[in-house]
Amino acid sequence: MLLGQDHITEEGEFVINMGPQHPATHGVLHLKIGLDGETIKKIEPHLGYIHRSIEKMCEQLSYRQFIFTTSRMDYLSAHINNQACVLAVEKALQVEATPRAKAIRVLMAELTRLASHQLWWACMGLDLGAVTPFFYAFREREAINTIIEETCGTRLTQNYMVPGGVMMDIHPNFQKRVKEVLKQIKEKAHEYDELLTGNVIFQQRLKGVGYLSKEDAVSYGCSGPTARASGVSCDVRKLFPYDGYEQLKFDEILNTEGDSWARYLVRLGEMKQSISIIEQLIDNIPEGDFQAKTKNVIKLPKGDFYQRVETARGELGVYIVSDGGATPYRCKFRSPNFSNLSAIPKMAEGAKIGDLVAIMATVDLVIPDIDR
Amino acid sequence: MTNEELKYSITELLPVATYDESGEFLNIIIPSDELIPLMKELRSKKEFDFDYLFCLTCIDWKDHLMMVYHLLSKVHKHCIVVKAKITDIQNPKIESVNCIWKTAELNEDEVYDLFGIRFLNHPNLRRLFLEEDWKGFPLRKNYVDENMIKL
Amino acid sequence: MDIKNNVPANKLIFPGQIHETPDGGFLITKLDEVINWARSNSLWPLIFGTSCCAIEMMSAADAKYDWSRFGFEVARASPRQADLIIVAGTIVMKMAPVLKRLYDQMPDPKYVIAMGACTISGGPFFYNTYSVVKGVDHIIPVDVYVPGCPPRPEALLHSMITLQEKIKNEAFFRKS
Repeated sequence: MLLGQDHITEEGEFVINMGPQHPATHGVLHLKIGLDGETIKKIEPHLGYIHRSIEKMCEQLSYRQFIFTTSRMDYLSAHINNQACVLAVEKALQVEATPRAKAIRVLMAELTRLASHQLWWACMGLDLGAVTPFFYAFREREAINTIIEETCGTRLTQNYMVPGGVMMDIHPNFQKRVKEVLKQIKEKAHEYDELLTGNVIFQQRLKGVGYLSKEDAVSYGCSGPTARASGVSCDVRKLFPYDGYEQLKFDEILNTEGDSWARYLVRLGEMKQSISIIEQLIDNIPEGDFQAKTKNVIKLPKGDFYQRVETARGELGVYIVSDGGATPYRCKFRSPNFSNLSAIPKMAEGAKIGDLVAIMATVDLVIPDIDR
Repeated sequence: MTNEELKYSITELLPVATYDESGEFLNIIIPSDELIPLMKELRSKKEFDFDYLFCLTCIDWKDHLMMVYHLLSKVHKHCIVVKAKITDIQNPKIESVNCIWKTAELNEDEVYDLFGIRFLNHPNLRRLFLEEDWKGFPLRKNYVDENMIKL
Repeated sequence: MDIKNNVPANKLIFPGQIHETPDGGFLITKLDEVINWARSNSLWPLIFGTSCCAIEMMSAADAKYDWSRFGFEVARASPRQADLIIVAGTIVMKMAPVLKRLYDQMPDPKYVIAMGACTISGGPFFYNTYSVVKGVDHIIPVDVYVPGCPPRPEALLHSMITLQEKIKNEAFFRKS
């Protein structure tokens, strides 16, 4: 079905298929790889193995309902995806969330980012053949999941944010638990470095592999840690702040090397920044309502609205075109993974086939977010 | 540049363009055959320098199709939205912007898959998400699927 | 097997009375139990996760939930080495033939757990979608269904224990 004479494009070129069922693609990605010996000549991504027609569904759902579909898109940053949707609706309605709601949203978003990067770190080890990091990273990830579950009621695909604020107030134990987890993560941070960062074999697998230049990163529309490792300043939290990020002190982690090792370091640095953001906010959650008043049936004015947020993987854009009705006329999600994926053929050009796994692990793709 | 300055400079380049400033960004609406010359100017001129195409999509307005390009300049930090109107809905086609921004390649594949717009001079136009033999273009408003269960 | 058939015709007829025991007799029943005990406690799952549920499946493998307590920890990347497929995540039209092929490649006896609302019925993607398969049982036979979006790791463990019970009651040698 997949291998055939017509796919062998040049003489001496060997075509192999990676995926759709492959443990290192983190889902059902299908890459058709043209090889010369062991060297990658070109890669053609074939998508759609988890295309769930979310954009078509959104055209039938109301502005309160369509939020839940996005937590199934990039399920590792479910809170941040929801945040993008409610911010887009709020922008159109010209409603502002209450200060308490904003603080809770940022806290949840940063906890999600932390948990997401921990899962990336675990999978990174698994992909490159180290099983132990998986158990270390999941220890902290489970603790964060438990906190989120106490407040939001679910562990993974949360649906906590509503236009105007959040669905319910935080759990009484929330602040205490978050501080405990942060303490635990900081105490165990050296284990992460001992297991992978300082491991010479691991460094050799990543250094100089999958180089992406700054110009290419911009041209391919990369965002998030993938682009920041190439020196492109693209943190939406800094450039186009939302939900009170402008009042918080944190650094945009930049690296100019552009290889897999740089992407690894950027993500590790981001985890530290997330911890710092949570520490600034956790004792300063303003009192007051957790939800601003909005109408039961939301109707957006005519026009188009674009809202971007920074997920754990890059810039997510929600583009809503409204014709004045109770459902979106057209809803487009600009997914960070989709653009990052399009840069993978460029990164892997000339690399060895074994390095492709390392490149994909550092780009950290979530396939349902690509296919939508 | 502010929206006003952008509008002024672009009017000099392309007098047929119309504008919509109701939203957050400056929207420029152009006929589809003017797309490539304008985009090349927007990318290469130093005062515009739109190097980052961050969203490429299409809207089906039933009587015409609208290609939407969201552009950002990493240098000047200004945004612009270019909308290209395609009036021929039976056989829609438009020039590919893949030669200007490489991210357009996969995005245009997606638009071809879901809206059926043919991109001219595209290196490898194919159905990205659905099978090659899928009938119809699902995000068109006139798409009918008898197996779809309506709420 | 009837013992009378093994007695040659020219020999004396077996003097005692032979009782037909249900399910094939003492020895075979016990052998079945031993085999089922061994098979049910060493199920090798195939790593097959398409979306969100795969993350909860990974959680079930970590130290907190630890599915290796029940003998599931040998997760294989190849269907040829697996005897259990946990379908974790939505199956769309384009993925359906791939899933069928994976299932066909698994050696018999093989089992299927449908994890999550999407695999059971299409779940949140039931209405107004054009590409989602509304239930994985349209493609392959399912042994255990686990509801939830996504199910908790405990629910997945429960489903696996249920599957073990099912295997323990299977007839391997004896007539069912």
